[in-house]
Amino acid sequence: MARDGGVSCLRSSEMMNVGIRGMESPPLDVDEVHVLAVDDSLVDRIVIERLLRITSCKVTAVDSGWRALEFLGLDNEKASAELDRLKVDLIITDYCMPGMTGYELLKKIKESSSFRQVPVVIMSSENVVTRIDRCLEEGAEDFLLKPVKLADVKRLRSYLTRDVKVSNGNKRKLPEDSVTVNTSLPPPPPPLINSSDSSDSSPPLTISPESSDSYSPLSPVEIFSSPLSSQLDEEDDVLTSSPESSPAPEESPIRRQKMESPGLD
Amino acid sequence: MDALVAQLQMQYRNYTVSLYQQGFLDERFTELRQLQDDKHPNFAAEMLSLSFDDSVKHIGNITRACKDQTGTVDFGLVDVSVHQLKCTSSSVGAKRVKDLCVTFKEYCEANNYEGCVRCLQQVDIEYNTLKTKLQDMFNLEKQIIQAGGKVPQVDGH
Repeated sequence: MARDGGVSCLRSSEMMNVGIRGMESPPLDVDEVHVLAVDDSLVDRIVIERLLRITSCKVTAVDSGWRALEFLGLDNEKASAELDRLKVDLIITDYCMPGMTGYELLKKIKESSSFRQVPVVIMSSENVVTRIDRCLEEGAEDFLLKPVKLADVKRLRSYLTRDVKVSNGNKRKLPEDSVTVNTSLPPPPPPLINSSDSSDSSPPLTISPESSDSYSPLSPVEIFSSPLSSQLDEEDDVLTSSPESSPAPEESPIRRQKMESPGLD
Repeated sequence: MDALVAQLQMQYRNYTVSLYQQGFLDERFTELRQLQDDKHPNFAAEMLSLSFDDSVKHIGNITRACKDQTGTVDFGLVDVSVHQLKCTSSSVGAKRVKDLCVTFKEYCEANNYEGCVRCLQQVDIEYNTLKTKLQDMFNLEKQIIQAGGKVPQVDGH
């Protein structure tokens, strides 16, 4: 698990031990959904990654709006050579972040020619109507209240399929909007690589590992009573190359259109 | 062996339910448990652990901000750290700490120094209490597994 504030890029299992932009990355399988997640909180980043991976998405997680722009190649004026191969199907970002807020990131994405069509979802711990409205007006696809649940992510996943229909459904998540969570998980995603980099410096892009098959899991007691970083060092480096399969969505796929005027419930 | 397992499981259930009933944990913790599988058997504990690392940092920042020598406290700074503490607690289901942070924020916004200091003390106590209780809970899990049993799913009801 990436402990630093860098990017955990789970784009491809072939990318390992490098955490650097500019390295050659194989193009994503066109059927794989790739989500860019942006959150300054490490815990939230890991949880959103987990939720997205459970719903069979590939995830790149970064810790700031700046890192997100850097990843997208929007941080400078010259077009990134990587752009042709960069496929991002959804961007999900926290609202409250130091430096650049999620709202500011949203604006920059919507101003860009390359990524303005990518749906952007905002997450926030505060249910502030003016905030929600502002984001929706700026083109956010949806607004999720934190802590984000599996049901929320599953709903997002339903936007992102090949066949699209336009819908003007209400996109605001309200506290009373609770959906019964189907907790039966799809086949677990293949284990990822463990980065042995546990230094304090944060490279811009790092691989976020998960436990491998040969990892003997520590009990919660052991995890709990010793610093997590020392446990991460003990994990083995294991590669897997099997991509995740995307389960077919159960309901007919829809893509939500930007709302003209979000109604209040 | 089975009798021991059954006894431990009952102890575990009762203990865990009490944590929910006393407001130490909320449904968010349950949700994190539900994200566990064979490849991620300790996801909830890992997230708690990370959140506690964060919490220590935020509590430290709040403490420093409140110990200002000149007698002026930057309530804005305190507020930022309290917000972060609230968020990290909310993310893992640490209900009491999260709820305390709501009150804490109100004192910050009112620039109420005594209120902030009281909240800081309480937050520290709640954080440490939760940590101890969770250690006890995870200890019970370990004992169940060592006795050859399975840890029961407990959702707090």
